[in-house]
Amino acid sequence: MRYKTNIGHIVYEFTDLKCLLAKASPLRSGDVLAGVAASSNEERIAAQMVLADVPLSQFLNEAIVPYETDEVTRLIIDTHDSAAFTTIQSFTVGNLRDWLLSDHADTISLQKLSRGLTPEMVAAVSKLMRNQDLILVAQKIEIITKFRNTIGLKGHLSTRLQPNHPTDSLKGIAASIVDGLMYGSGDAVIGINPATDSPKTASALLYLIDGLRLKFEIPIQSCILTHLTTSIDLIAKNTPVDLVFQSIAGTQKANESFGINLQLLTEGYEAGLSLKRGTVGNNLMYFETGQGSALSANAHFNIDQQTCEARAYGVARHYHPLLVNSVVGFIGPEYLYDGKQITRAGLEDHFCGKLLGLPMGMDICYTNHAEADQDDMDNLMTLLGVAGVNFIMGIPGSDDTMLNYQTTSFHDALYLRRVLGLKASPEFEAWFLKQGILDKSYNRLSNPALNLNYLFKELQ
Amino acid sequence: MSEELQQHDNWEELKTFTEARIALGRVGVSIPLKESLAFKLAHAHARDAVFSSLAIEKMQEELKALNLKSIIVQSKATTRAVYLQRPDWGRMLDENSWEKLENTMLAQVDIAIVISDGLSATAVNHNAIPLLEQLIPLLRKENYSMAPVTLAIQARVAIGDAIGHLLSAKMVINLIGERPGLSASDSMGAYLTYHPEIGLTDERRNCISNIRPKGLSIAAAAQKFVYLIREAFILKCTGIALKDNNENQNTLS
Repeated sequence: MRYKTNIGHIVYEFTDLKCLLAKASPLRSGDVLAGVAASSNEERIAAQMVLADVPLSQFLNEAIVPYETDEVTRLIIDTHDSAAFTTIQSFTVGNLRDWLLSDHADTISLQKLSRGLTPEMVAAVSKLMRNQDLILVAQKIEIITKFRNTIGLKGHLSTRLQPNHPTDSLKGIAASIVDGLMYGSGDAVIGINPATDSPKTASALLYLIDGLRLKFEIPIQSCILTHLTTSIDLIAKNTPVDLVFQSIAGTQKANESFGINLQLLTEGYEAGLSLKRGTVGNNLMYFETGQGSALSANAHFNIDQQTCEARAYGVARHYHPLLVNSVVGFIGPEYLYDGKQITRAGLEDHFCGKLLGLPMGMDICYTNHAEADQDDMDNLMTLLGVAGVNFIMGIPGSDDTMLNYQTTSFHDALYLRRVLGLKASPEFEAWFLKQGILDKSYNRLSNPALNLNYLFKELQ
Repeated sequence: MSEELQQHDNWEELKTFTEARIALGRVGVSIPLKESLAFKLAHAHARDAVFSSLAIEKMQEELKALNLKSIIVQSKATTRAVYLQRPDWGRMLDENSWEKLENTMLAQVDIAIVISDGLSATAVNHNAIPLLEQLIPLLRKENYSMAPVTLAIQARVAIGDAIGHLLSAKMVINLIGERPGLSASDSMGAYLTYHPEIGLTDERRNCISNIRPKGLSIAAAAQKFVYLIREAFILKCTGIALKDNNENQNTLS
């Protein structure tokens, strides 16, 4: 197929689908750094015009990373649901955009279509959509997952309580956990990024949270964000591992740079299932992703970073995760330069993940060398709240003193729940209402039934 | 008025266990103004550090007092905005700087020291000279020969490889401003690379990080340098083969 158009006297021709996707991508620093971005605004729109006319079936004929050499491509092609695809098989990318925005696309039809779409199709259509389009379509989708509580119901917003500490001090982490629980945070997961990759530390932290959960009958799950192989070893020792974590990316080579492959992910997933720790459901994988990770590992094969990211979701959905978290602003300004680029990327990731059937959450964040601040995070979290994001991060005062970046705070989640009328996960809400921590308007009560000193003593 | 509207958190004693911003209290469901401004001040410090510049003249004077000559170079990143978006250019010398170093025509030396702005010139402005005041006498005592000190503008870690190579140095040490956090915007890192040449990656380096008065002290850092330099010249390498056995850290506290 030839990818070609004229604008005035200029002929724009794009060598292949990969190149077309990259040139059609809204401007971001990572694509410029990779040398794949459009060289002018006109070229970008020309590429979008050409892309709009590409038949979706072309995506099944033209792999952007060869099938023979990349297991992510093989997974995408081999698990493509051609029956689900039938309804849209005559569509172009532009037709898909219009259909998604129409009333024909509702919660049920979008769910049925999900497995008929490939990550590349979803990435392509997102490039033709404005921010409001990404929000409108995502809001129609409902992805519900369960382990010890129910996450992703429409009208609900959960949080990952992230009590990181620079030296993994148990007391320091416990203090942040107490702070978060008292603010109604933690229903997605209590998830800790350990400062070291020590199995001993991970184990100590898992026992700490599990003891707390059992003692106070909290319907939550925990996760130590350590390498998959460490989790597998911990599971073999019967450590109380709830969720199995792994960072994933959109090419085999990028995943290899993380020390994983699909076989290992399957082993981790099966190891997690073997413990049978879920009570209301069995979704137990926790994946993190982020635009730019493949380029950063020099494993992007000249694919634009947003398409690479969507391919990571193609990996994720194979393992029925409880949570998928795009860590959107963490990677730095050489990939997403400013608040505008971070906002766009966040909305794209949420839309693409949801359309592919994933329980998308977002680490709405920035580093100090990015052109962004707390106001940009306020904007993005509000947009994502409207779009129906499943969960966001909750951290004391937005300041992660271990990873040295800023994300959303416990207070931010209460703000979002208040302005949009969102509720916590039903099981978790029932718990904090019963404990008298928050009232039904999520105002904190001054004398909770849960004795604070006792709680902290338990944590030490 | 504000005081009345604020609700305090009755677990403030937990603050002794962590630097995290816990027990902030709230007004409605929002963060109290005092805490909101404290956060913005910390971020302002970090942002100012990212956009700070090397105090070149002052440093040259201070280096002169240590009997060290200096050379100023510039990376291919012409502005801070370009620097932040093109880390690849921050690793390369611009043409003039390349020629300047090439024409220095030195005989082989043991060590070339580079002072780079990195992501916080403030960090090296505060910490580089105090470190060299302690380190240089120790190195002279062990008879290491030294190239002039290079002051590198809009520079990343790997620019040291080109500099060390052009100055015919057996080892290059790049003192560079680390990415500022909210708690510290004056943290200096140091990267030691034996046999520097263009195209090396990070596993060939050793790093000493968090050098600042409230982090790794200047005196402790100088000791660490002497240990690593001595070992590197014995092993004739830096990087993963050179372990910093001179420390014993316990992360579980």
